[in-house]
Amino acid sequence: MSYLDDLYQEIILDHSKKPRNFKELSDANHKADGYNPLCGDKVSVYLKLEDGFVEDISFMGSGCAISTASASLMTQTLKGKSLGEIETLFKNFHNLVTGKSSASTELGKLAVFHGVSQFPVRVKCATLVWHTLQAAIKSKPETVSTE
Amino acid sequence: MIVRTGQQIIASGRYQTLNPWLEVEKIREDFPIFKEKIYGKPLVYLDNAATTQKPQSVIDATIHFYSRDNSNIHRGVHLLSQRATEAYEHARVKVQRFLNAAESREIIFVRSVTEAINLVAQTYGRKHVEAGDEVLISAMEHHSNIVPWQMLCEEKGAALRVIPINDDGELLLEEYEKLLNSQTRLVAVVHLSNALGTINPVKEIIEMAHQWKVPVLVDGAQAAAHLEVDVQDLDCDFYAFSGHKLYGPTGVGILYGKADLLDSLPPYQGGGDMIRSVTFEKTIYNVLPYKFEAGTPNVAGGIGLGVAIDYVNEIGLSNIAAYENELLSYATEQLCGIPRLRFIGTAHQKASVLSFVIEGVHAHDVGTILDQEGIAVRTGHHCAQPVMARFQVPATARASVAFYNTRDEIDVLVKAIHKVIEVFK
Repeated sequence: MSYLDDLYQEIILDHSKKPRNFKELSDANHKADGYNPLCGDKVSVYLKLEDGFVEDISFMGSGCAISTASASLMTQTLKGKSLGEIETLFKNFHNLVTGKSSASTELGKLAVFHGVSQFPVRVKCATLVWHTLQAAIKSKPETVSTE
Repeated sequence: MIVRTGQQIIASGRYQTLNPWLEVEKIREDFPIFKEKIYGKPLVYLDNAATTQKPQSVIDATIHFYSRDNSNIHRGVHLLSQRATEAYEHARVKVQRFLNAAESREIIFVRSVTEAINLVAQTYGRKHVEAGDEVLISAMEHHSNIVPWQMLCEEKGAALRVIPINDDGELLLEEYEKLLNSQTRLVAVVHLSNALGTINPVKEIIEMAHQWKVPVLVDGAQAAAHLEVDVQDLDCDFYAFSGHKLYGPTGVGILYGKADLLDSLPPYQGGGDMIRSVTFEKTIYNVLPYKFEAGTPNVAGGIGLGVAIDYVNEIGLSNIAAYENELLSYATEQLCGIPRLRFIGTAHQKASVLSFVIEGVHAHDVGTILDQEGIAVRTGHHCAQPVMARFQVPATARASVAFYNTRDEIDVLVKAIHKVIEVFK
């Protein structure tokens, strides 16, 4: 498999063309906007947190295949997860895409992003939504407007 | 020798010549970077609008300066300082001739076009632009010809007005005419658009502005390497270009300004070299061009730029323009046939730049796949976010050609774009 096939795996292409949870969340209680001024990628993360668990999560935005698929697969993976689990997942995901470690079992489908590690300039594409998620978690609850 | 007559040309080998007056195969040998392999593949360098590659003569000139002549310029009595000063000032004369400026004191060495524009904004702008006045730019400007004017207008309470463009990426001259008025203090327009490839009719633009006695700054960052520029014929008041986009070193740029105009302006930065005498009570500024050249400049860069101009002159800008024009037409034709590909920037007068989007594929994914084939293109907003907004695209992929590019390389590009479409089918 070439580096390119490794990067653009079928599941990544599928999620980039048909992103899941790609909508505004009307009852979200946390939200944050992420922006990469270098490439113009934009993402908004909508989060409904209940007692430290992700009850629901969605995203909106525009970006490349890697950033869109990353957002789509992240939202799928995080439903029902606790804040503690999210922290661990992000750490593992970051290590995966920067080539510091191989995929751990808890990453599940997110393991498809291992190919990103061969493309250092694309790491930011894969992690933008995760950084935005962190900002959403830290944002004050119930200040979200979906206007 | 690079230039040959038509009869002498036998088109053969990998780098088939397009234009009978340019022998690209030999030209490529002057550029050591083309020996580089990218992921084991030949480098196909189509990012010339970002920066151009350097011929050996430019690289050698830089090495020669630091190995043999290195010294600070001006005022040194020792031999090395004299040699360095002479080489640097000689480069200024080469630039003067390159632009056909009337005098060498009209040539100011700066860091970049960005610095040149900031210099004009901070000297001419601060002196002449007041509350209620207007500065006129176009909708296809690079951020470096937007932001300095925005900063000035904000400071002065002046207004920034924008000449609109049509769907092909051409300036609407009738709208421009309507925007000119007695409050207009300066027009700043790009000669050749980096994002669209449009060549603007700068001579006409300047003539129209001068009817209102408004000076014009032309951003020639892209143009200088692709079009013949004659500042006296254009009658432009300021013209800026950068060395590294003209096969010279980075970190050196040029601001041309009419001598009377430059003379009437306050200095840009204070410091060494720009003074005639300094006491704690009063400083008397130096004459042109030194008034605008505070501090030790990029001496090696300036000398390297002079050598780059020699190189370009040897081939001849008219030969370069003719060859590149044919190559651009070939590339446009080849890319036209690719399904889902749409050009951004289809002006009648274009040079070097092919900006495009592929339906359903983000420009960065295009860039990554092309890179794997050894092809260097730029992807993103090209520091022209208002242009992207005008055409409602987040980003484009941009291939920009120079005289060392070939039809074969365009074929490699086309094949790689087909691969992009295959991956994102």
